[in-house]
Amino acid sequence: MAAAATHVAESHESTDPSPEVLREMYRLMRIITGASNRASGEVRAGGLASAFYPVRGLVSTYRSLGDAIAKGASLRRVVAELYGRSDGVCGGKGGPMHLHDVDAGFVTSTGIVGSGAPIAVGLAIAAQLDGEGRAVISTFGDGATSIGAVHEALNMAALWRLPVVFVCQNNQWGEHTPLAQYAANPNLAERARSYSMNAVQVDGFDPIATYRVLDDALSRARAGGGPTFVEALTYRLTGHSGSADYSYVPRDELEAALQRDPAPAFRTWLLGHGASEQELTELDAAVDAEVADAFDFAMASPLPSPDLRYVDVFADRKVVPLT
Amino acid sequence: MTLVEESPALATETKPMAMVAALNSALDIAMAADDKIVMLGEDIADPNGGVLKISKGLSTKYGTDRVRATPIAETAIVGAAVGLALGGYRPLAEIMFMDFTTVCIDQIVNHAAKLRYMSGGHTPVPLTIHTAVGTRRYGAQHAQNLEAWFMHIPGMKVVIPSGPKDAKGLLAACLADDDPCLFIEHIDIAFTPKEDVPVGEYVVPLGQANIVRRGDDVTVITYGRQVATAAAVAAELAEQGTSVEVIDLRTLVPLDIECVLNSVERTRRAVVVHDAHTFAGPGAELASEITEQLFGDLLAPVLRVGAGSSPIPFASSMSFHPTADDLRRAVLQVMGR
Repeated sequence: MAAAATHVAESHESTDPSPEVLREMYRLMRIITGASNRASGEVRAGGLASAFYPVRGLVSTYRSLGDAIAKGASLRRVVAELYGRSDGVCGGKGGPMHLHDVDAGFVTSTGIVGSGAPIAVGLAIAAQLDGEGRAVISTFGDGATSIGAVHEALNMAALWRLPVVFVCQNNQWGEHTPLAQYAANPNLAERARSYSMNAVQVDGFDPIATYRVLDDALSRARAGGGPTFVEALTYRLTGHSGSADYSYVPRDELEAALQRDPAPAFRTWLLGHGASEQELTELDAAVDAEVADAFDFAMASPLPSPDLRYVDVFADRKVVPLT
Repeated sequence: MTLVEESPALATETKPMAMVAALNSALDIAMAADDKIVMLGEDIADPNGGVLKISKGLSTKYGTDRVRATPIAETAIVGAAVGLALGGYRPLAEIMFMDFTTVCIDQIVNHAAKLRYMSGGHTPVPLTIHTAVGTRRYGAQHAQNLEAWFMHIPGMKVVIPSGPKDAKGLLAACLADDDPCLFIEHIDIAFTPKEDVPVGEYVVPLGQANIVRRGDDVTVITYGRQVATAAAVAAELAEQGTSVEVIDLRTLVPLDIECVLNSVERTRRAVVVHDAHTFAGPGAELASEITEQLFGDLLAPVLRVGAGSSPIPFASSMSFHPTADDLRRAVLQVMGR
């Protein structure tokens, strides 16, 4: 695939993904696409670029299904949470906007635009204090770059050279408003660079280019080289929410983006780079079965008992007033 | 074995301290014992040691990695503290004035308070936020008691000490607590008076009110700065034949409602006094609880004494916070005098 990045970071030792990593990337992309297509109200484009993160600790957004799966959260338990079931990752109390899997390193996600960035900064301070060479990833969309929390976080991360990578998936739309109508400077990487941090743009529809950029950024962070802001340039392929009207999106822009949809394009690329049709067909079938199994598992999982309503408000249930 | 464990005498050794010194002592002991305790806040490193100086000397002793002076960025301060808590640390975030909690309220309300619950118990947030409020003439944006806001948020603990000894013990309890705690220091009692405070480790459990003075006729329920006012009014009224019981709540969440109800059941009259606005303030919750539980026992309606419903005026001609006179009038009113 051709990298359409406007400019890419000077890479120290850019690592190309191994054949095994490429197949895992494809598998994750298929799972995310499959699960997103089946889940009501979920938007498919949300997690695609996030399939490629080789991450240790992750803070995500309210569209975190892709990040959760990419980070290795249990597919069954993530899907169960989408439906508020007792076997969900939050026991049904969080729902689709509050996925997490601490054991998998997917630390938390937030429904408040931009609020994850300062939390990721705190995790990065923890990683820096631990001194074990860990790094943290904070994901958000282009819309989040308008809010103060993100800018406070960028400054703090750069000031203290924290091991954090901010991954901004720029799909060109903040809810229903195009980037050029809400940002005086629509070059988001350039704005991040003004905080004296490493900042790069990459074609977010190109899995391999994205992998390289993230791998570079994480290597730099782990080595004490400070934060990186990665602007992954993509395009939103569906409406902001499942049922929303999408007629306001210019037809030609959407058509061009759909041509570059990485889900089919990456498959074609793999076929031209050593993968066989039989191999990918088998992989597709295995993914379909895994996704179907996760939804069956979720639907079979009971709703949580109402008795659990006041559990986990505080560490000690007795503290909760007026129960 | 440490010397302290072997010697009860040393463990109970006390020294006169103001509240800021008592808080400094609590922090010092906690940071020495647990290297997961870290502090974030504006100007908290030496030589400043924070706006009220509670962290004086601590960055020199424990390093600026653990006592970090931050940019003026309240959202990032509390957000980073939440992240540190998720990363296995026990952070203390300092928000210089309570009014500035409005700047970072998203991180407090939507994240610190809710993350344990939303994750089904997988992401607890052991975080202490230290902030300050006072009655000095700083105008309307540097002196507002907003504790009722945080009482209203399930998942937040709210702590307001009335003196140096409790301040030390309650801060130690917050730092060891597995839930987010908002610790509110009242500036008027931060530097004076002094009190004998244990020099070594000292903990006051959260959720245990303190009966400051025993009495039989009226229960005055209060916290923070107003405890001293209530005790003074009670002493004065005792000479005139009215026996006032004074309860220092110490913590608004957890709320020691048992202590309050046990007292009012006996005295059958209650007055709540606080610096926060009367309207929809903590006193409204207490009055309602008392009335719901003890309606048949009460000899008079529960009265609330608090601040009026205006922003805090600057001019000294405009009174704002409740005074001893206001409290005395309320007590005499419930006594029918």
